[in-house]
Amino acid sequence: MAKKVGTEVSFAVADAVKLADVDVIAAYPITPQTHIVEKLSEYVADGELDAEYICVESEHSAMSACCGSSATGARTFTATAGQGLELMHEVLTIPASSRLPMVAAICNRALSGPLSVWGDHSDLMGVRDTGWIQIIAENGQDVHDLTIAAFKISEHKDVMFPVMVHMDGFHLTHVIEPIVIMDQEDVDKFLPPFEYNNKLDPASPVSQGTYAPPHIYPEIKKAQDVALVNSKETIKAIWKEYGDLFGRYYNPIETYKTDDAETILVTMGSFSETASLAIDKLREQGKKVGLLRVRLWRPFPFAELRDAAKSAKTMIVLDRALSFGGPAGPLCSEIRSAFYQEKNRPQIISFISGLGGRDIDPEDFEAMIARGEDIAKNGSDSEYEILGVRE
Amino acid sequence: MEKYGLYTPRVAPQKEYFAAGHRACVGCGEMLAVRLVCKALGKETIVINSTGCIEIVSSLFPDTSWEVPWMHTLFENSAAVASGVESAIKVMQRKGKYADGKVNVVAMGGDGATLDIGMQALSGAMERGHDFVYVCYDNEAYMNTGIQRSSATPYGAMTTTSPPGKKSIGQQTWKKDMPAIAVAHNIPYVATASPAYPFDLMEKVKKAAATKGPAYLQIFSPCPTGWRSAGEISVKLARLAVETGAFPLYEVENGKYNLTMDFEKLRPITDYMKPQGRYRHLTESDIVLIEKKLHEQVQELRDKSSR
Amino acid sequence: MLSWKDIPMGAIVQTPGSAKEYRTGDWRSQRPVWDLSKCIKCGLCYIYCPDASIGWKDDGYPQWDEFHCKGCGICATECWTKAINLVEETE
Repeated sequence: MAKKVGTEVSFAVADAVKLADVDVIAAYPITPQTHIVEKLSEYVADGELDAEYICVESEHSAMSACCGSSATGARTFTATAGQGLELMHEVLTIPASSRLPMVAAICNRALSGPLSVWGDHSDLMGVRDTGWIQIIAENGQDVHDLTIAAFKISEHKDVMFPVMVHMDGFHLTHVIEPIVIMDQEDVDKFLPPFEYNNKLDPASPVSQGTYAPPHIYPEIKKAQDVALVNSKETIKAIWKEYGDLFGRYYNPIETYKTDDAETILVTMGSFSETASLAIDKLREQGKKVGLLRVRLWRPFPFAELRDAAKSAKTMIVLDRALSFGGPAGPLCSEIRSAFYQEKNRPQIISFISGLGGRDIDPEDFEAMIARGEDIAKNGSDSEYEILGVRE
Repeated sequence: MEKYGLYTPRVAPQKEYFAAGHRACVGCGEMLAVRLVCKALGKETIVINSTGCIEIVSSLFPDTSWEVPWMHTLFENSAAVASGVESAIKVMQRKGKYADGKVNVVAMGGDGATLDIGMQALSGAMERGHDFVYVCYDNEAYMNTGIQRSSATPYGAMTTTSPPGKKSIGQQTWKKDMPAIAVAHNIPYVATASPAYPFDLMEKVKKAAATKGPAYLQIFSPCPTGWRSAGEISVKLARLAVETGAFPLYEVENGKYNLTMDFEKLRPITDYMKPQGRYRHLTESDIVLIEKKLHEQVQELRDKSSR
Repeated sequence: MLSWKDIPMGAIVQTPGSAKEYRTGDWRSQRPVWDLSKCIKCGLCYIYCPDASIGWKDDGYPQWDEFHCKGCGICATECWTKAINLVEETE
């Protein structure tokens, strides 16, 4: 029987990877990802996980080795954060375009400079357009379940895309939570072996990663984009199957008290649980507020979002990343796009907060909602506001 | 080698694993080297290719010149990709998920991909001890992007980013000694080879593939386009490079040097330089200086070989 | 021309050596011609061809691949007995 244990969230990632019986891990240490790869190294050293752990000399080589591993048909995992994800960036487009399944745990971290090892979503936004499926976890249980499900999604014949599972650095990775760790038997039932038809094998030679001039490049890119957009239905089906089997359901858009909400706060990641405390308090005061959390960042669930926010007159979007000199926080830009063509679109207000590991308390969320409603009524001088910064 | 090379071509493996129909320039020495390397490696091979001439001319979608499994991802990372392939085969064979038997995992790239942008990935892969072969095709500049200098460009050579001028001789630095850097990783096999000596080249490739652990090969690859030379003399230039000491042939087995091709007297360097436009601007004193340096290098290799 | 729907997953090419269908012989401005009276069937022309365009026939004499030969002339330069001459392509 699966049992609930008190464990560090990073270890719950490692346990998920072990339960998935991964073949190859290639990773380079970076704070706050280290506890994941240290635990996996122990599992490999103790023989609890029969895998090759490649201690590469950089994140660039980590992702490169993952490409080679996946192309050879091996179940493949890596983990990184912040600058490490930035160094991987060039390689990230390869598994997405060559359709190489793998799972990457991303311990979201602010970007230099100044140097910050603490969390925000700058790294996540930087890799937005690399073509990966990107899933956002909010707590330790999410991390464990979504990592296991990510392998099934990634390797599904109708998907075949690499998957990132994002989790906030420190705020999530380094906390100890009660988490139900899955049984091997259950995981084996849920997760079939990885079968890759185009694997590098002298018995049937394929050429991977060819060269495409203008007469064919756009066709290849459209095929890739259509496949990524279509993967959403399979992702939903696999999450539903997981819920039906194990009782924990996941959705592209998660909602909290949104049914009749006129003001909806939109968040992404571990701060959502704090935000829900503010929602509870405001509800007690009789305010029609709700919380909407984006779980699936790519492919973006536009229809699900619009459906979940039908009652909203105002949407207040929290971004933990800046698009310097841009129109809004990157998450808010997406939300605005989603509603732009709607006849009765809500006002959509952009706030940026929680950069570089700065906390956001329930009171801060209350203030954010109040300020958002104020802007909705009276307007603002700027496209977005940065909150929680000393003036 | 040349002495008995005359009758041996007919015993070379007939099968081509790098097929005709590639779009390389007329008289490309690099593609000849690739063809010979693939012949020597045979069917049980996986090639990981860096971005560059080889990749561009052989993989214009949906065409491929490759008869063995082939993968290209980026410019600087083929050694790292090969690490992943080698590790995947190792673990999956252990777990019964991949056919048993030896598979040659071979990463290849040009001198820019190897000596410059990809040296970190190569160093990492050699240090970790993966069972793979790395082949550097050395045409002494970034030819695919239009003949820019690399750290493999020889002193004095003209490229588009090392043009000779009032204040410059052309390339101002001496060629980076990459085989020595590979040797410094304490890997079991390092060698240089030339397509002018096809049987020496194929023997070295076979040795490298049979070596357990990392092996590094640097293969001289005449580039008529980049060197401003005639296509029909590509093999002749490759031979002259060896005979003049511009590209000595040697191997290093478990740290032990062995000059595989030596001559009582090296030919004058002008025999090699004269047919190439990239050296046309050099003065007599420049050439004397270059020749002296090359002779010293060959002597150094002789000394190491006799130890 | 392929439509986006024809693109195989990951644009992976599953036919090894498919480039053989591509004619590089059109690039040629000169062609090698063998004087078989001088040819000693050594095979140097075969081994030195960058375009894998020379094989040999059952009688041991070279078999020229007109479809792929780019006419570089390495075979003529390397032939020990000077059995290969380069002749201008007329068309």
